[in-house]
Amino acid sequence: MRLYVILLILMGTLFGVALMIGPAGIAPLDSLRALIFGGDGPMTLVMREIRLPRALLALMIGAALGMSGAAMQGYLRNPLADPGLIGVSGSAALGAVIAIQTGIAATTTLALPVSALVGALVGVVLVLMLAGPRGGSLTLILAGIAISALAGALTSLVLNLSPNPFAANDIVFWMMGSLADRSMTHVWLVLPLIVVGLGMLALMRRGLDALTLGEDAAQAMGINLAQLRLLLVLGTACVVGASTAVAGAIGFIGLVVPHMLRGWVGARPGRLLWASALGGAVMLLAADIAVRVILPMRDLKLGVVTALVGAPLFLHLIYRTRRGL
Amino acid sequence: MPRGVAPFMSGSMHSSRSALGLVLSGVLVCSAPVLAPVMARAEMPARVVSMNLCTDQLAMMLAAPGQLRSVSFLASDPRSSAMAEEAASYPANRGQAEEIYLMQPDLVVAGAYTSRATVALLQRLGVQVEIFAPVTALDDVPAQITRMGDVLGQQDKAAQIIATYEADLKAFQQESGRSPTAVLYEANGYTSGAQSLSGQILATAGFTNLANEAAYAWGANMPLEVLVMKAPEAVITSRSYPGGSRAEDILSHPALRATQDRRAEGSVSDSDWVCGTPYVLRAVAQMVSLRHTLTNGED
Repeated sequence: MRLYVILLILMGTLFGVALMIGPAGIAPLDSLRALIFGGDGPMTLVMREIRLPRALLALMIGAALGMSGAAMQGYLRNPLADPGLIGVSGSAALGAVIAIQTGIAATTTLALPVSALVGALVGVVLVLMLAGPRGGSLTLILAGIAISALAGALTSLVLNLSPNPFAANDIVFWMMGSLADRSMTHVWLVLPLIVVGLGMLALMRRGLDALTLGEDAAQAMGINLAQLRLLLVLGTACVVGASTAVAGAIGFIGLVVPHMLRGWVGARPGRLLWASALGGAVMLLAADIAVRVILPMRDLKLGVVTALVGAPLFLHLIYRTRRGL
Repeated sequence: MPRGVAPFMSGSMHSSRSALGLVLSGVLVCSAPVLAPVMARAEMPARVVSMNLCTDQLAMMLAAPGQLRSVSFLASDPRSSAMAEEAASYPANRGQAEEIYLMQPDLVVAGAYTSRATVALLQRLGVQVEIFAPVTALDDVPAQITRMGDVLGQQDKAAQIIATYEADLKAFQQESGRSPTAVLYEANGYTSGAQSLSGQILATAGFTNLANEAAYAWGANMPLEVLVMKAPEAVITSRSYPGGSRAEDILSHPALRATQDRRAEGSVSDSDWVCGTPYVLRAVAQMVSLRHTLTNGED
């Protein structure tokens, strides 16, 4: 319980800081006043239409990526699972890019996130099929590398074939992720899918705890493994698809956060779910603040910061689990 | 023959800098009348190929029929070229040394940012390449036209176009009235300041460009927040390309739409803004009419 309180306080603080940081250089108190009480000036516009959606998206997407990482690691009983690393985010980006370049995204608002969701679904199903039911570390990572590479190549191909001269530059965005200049439209676009996805993943709580005793024991305790797997697949596809559709593929959050919080929840994967959601929100808010502090006038990609934190940890985890490989 | 003359001339100019300079320059002066008819032919290249969107348009304007053999593929794209229709009747090139060389040009005109490797290779193969720097001021347009007229041997035509251009430009410079504020805004939030051609078009049309900090003089990315805080009356965006991109999403951001005067919505910069040709005056005229819309009823 204390962990949740600490994480909530951290999240709230960072949310406030995220609202107060930006290239426009508005005084903190003025910015909060403009946000809450409004007014006619441009400051209200900056706060309500630019900074608020950015902070809200960081919170929602961070929570989504954190919880999906925890769910995946719990289900596969493998600390290396992360939607970004095993190609689910990459597949979602491919789905989003196809929707934009074929023009489907322009026809209906929901086409973009749904197409990204389908991409994520294909990615996660492929990974689970290739890695097998036990999700051995080696097969999981190899399958992830293959799917990431394929999805990345196809994304680049689609963007290079586009008649739009800026599309090829977008490759960086789809691979590294960014929250720059998103609007409330994007918040409303992803909110329903993220809520539904988080709901599905949260339902896995009891199942994941039981699974720590092994599959047979879990089944004996009345856990329906097929149903658990379905929740994981659909829940991950929902949250990763929606997140990637508006923010690109942001890696390592689903890897770092559960790893850091595991000790705090007594290594119970069920309890880790919501803790990782809060932790993910904290990490993405912090990363998005960092990119704006490091290069305020330019759009440094989020993946740069998350990878700088996440990749060394990933190496450490590989080193620790190499006996299992 | 042009091919023969070029080395001879450069050779004599090179040695005039040597110790024998005095003697040789005497020879040069004496032989000048003999050289004159040959040089006149050298000034009128018969097979010209252009490799850059802006030199394409200048060359199409000035070249005699049959003189210009090929223009770049961008010249026939109406989104970037003001002379797309004219360009359709020329074979297009993609600026690769191989295809250019096989066209056997005796003159290639290229932009300063045309691939240096390609230009260097063509020069090594003995092709004469004239490089045109991009124009960043309305006052530099005549010089550019003059130079293209010189290299193509079409001085009279160039002088004619310049006279019209200068008269039209003067007419715009006499415009008066209130200066509404504006910002140019393109994909990725790119904006242009006073040292850029687009910035000058805007200023000549009587707008106050709010991207006036030194950092934006030649052009730089301006975060959307900064733009909104400046609260310009008009935001002149670039025309969207088909297919969609994340880079262009910023141009349809609700905060951008909310910040500007309703009457300035949908004002875009297009092919007339890209190159230092007389078409820039069409862009100025377009901006002047926007300014009149914005200041209508105030005077």
